Amino acid sequence: MVNHAADIVVHWVQAGMATPWLVWLVITLMKCGAVVGVMMGMVAYTVLAERRFCAFIQDRLGPNRVGPFGLLQPVADGMKLFLKENVLPGHVNKVYYVLAPAITLFPALATIAVIPFGNRLGGEKMVIADLNVGILWVFSLAALGVYGIVLAGWASNSKYPFIGGVRSAAQLISYELAMGLSVIGVFMLAGSLNLGQVVEYQSHCWLVLKQPLGFLIFMVAMFAETNRTPFDLPEGEQELAAGYNTEYGSMKFALFFMGEYANMVVASAVMVTLFFGGWQVPFIPVEQWLGCSWLSGMVYIGCFLAKLAAFLFLFIWVRWTLPRFRYDQLMNLGWKVLLPLGLLNILLTALVLAGQR
Amino acid sequence: MIFAEYLPAALQAGIALAFVAAMLIVPPIVAKKGAPNPAKDSAYECGLPAAQSGRPRFSIKFYLVAILFVLFDIEVVFLYPWAVVYKEMLREGLSILFSMLTFLAILFLGFLYVWKKGALDWK
Repeated sequence: MVNHAADIVVHWVQAGMATPWLVWLVITLMKCGAVVGVMMGMVAYTVLAERRFCAFIQDRLGPNRVGPFGLLQPVADGMKLFLKENVLPGHVNKVYYVLAPAITLFPALATIAVIPFGNRLGGEKMVIADLNVGILWVFSLAALGVYGIVLAGWASNSKYPFIGGVRSAAQLISYELAMGLSVIGVFMLAGSLNLGQVVEYQSHCWLVLKQPLGFLIFMVAMFAETNRTPFDLPEGEQELAAGYNTEYGSMKFALFFMGEYANMVVASAVMVTLFFGGWQVPFIPVEQWLGCSWLSGMVYIGCFLAKLAAFLFLFIWVRWTLPRFRYDQLMNLGWKVLLPLGLLNILLTALVLAGQR
Repeated sequence: MIFAEYLPAALQAGIALAFVAAMLIVPPIVAKKGAPNPAKDSAYECGLPAAQSGRPRFSIKFYLVAILFVLFDIEVVFLYPWAVVYKEMLREGLSILFSMLTFLAILFLGFLYVWKKGALDWK
């Protein structure tokens, strides 16, 4: 299909029917569409995978009735949530109540624009926007996500969502510091904020081997940023009902739900890109074996998706293995452990680089 | 044009915006509409009638954390440009290392002060 679409574009150019600008627009739109499509598909099937894996961990079967092995379950869930009655409770602040779920999902979908998900496909770089400020785009948009949760908690005008929202705000900003500090070592080594160049830098050695402490801090911070267990206090069922989304239903609830899983996909993609060589295939010289063809381009994309899936599995595995932190433990870990460790990591990296001079 | 490379990112953001907007606008139109009910208009409180305000008083600690975050986050932002040029500047001498060590030392002293004052304790 990809080949076919490219043929059409080539045909246009040869027939003189397309200006370079139009070609650029078509190619960019194709990439955006493919990325959003793959991402929403991954979100839907990560939800199913989570339900199946947690069932196996708890010695149950999980949803297996809709379609073969329950594979059509996400479609059924989606249809149900889409057609549910849209309740707009009388006690909420209506504008912010409606906007909050959108603010949660939007950053996740926009962030993915700067992640390189493959090398080249027919001469076209497999990244939507090859920005010099790559990681800053990721962090600045990811930081918007907290507004969605705080607004949801405040606009709901109800106790559980309010407490969930306040807790979430404090948690997200605390771990954002550790997250920001832990990746500085990566950019000191790579010498660029451009994620494509960070991947290039890792062609011989993955950065997780050079920055193990940085990776560990970053991973813990990412679990906290995505509100996943062991850091899921904003939505701790036993204390807060469902936390910040208690007052939500139908598609507005689904947007929060999709937002959580889309954020997991983005977090996994950033971890793969920064620390695990991005789309690069370890040990196998793909281009020597297959040549610079569409096939090798697809192999790189497949490798990226495989690494991504491994991290998504880790998110699920951890959720159904570890218990939840207490709130003071959470804050202690963020401020008194991860923050000093992040500074130490920068110091060590700076000294080692200066020593190698 | 210098902003040309930002266009695809803006396009992706536009698509993301269109997606979430569609998800908010379409369901209320196609979904079934239920009869009004006083229970739908009251805050969720595990089945009991809601008592007191929906926005209760909360600990001052949360404000403190937010203010500390702003201080430290600005300092983290300063580290990014430094990290990018660090390797190149090292070739011209160690001054790039020492300038940042001084900066980090001041930052760390402030951090120790906050710690000793007990601003990071949750009781």
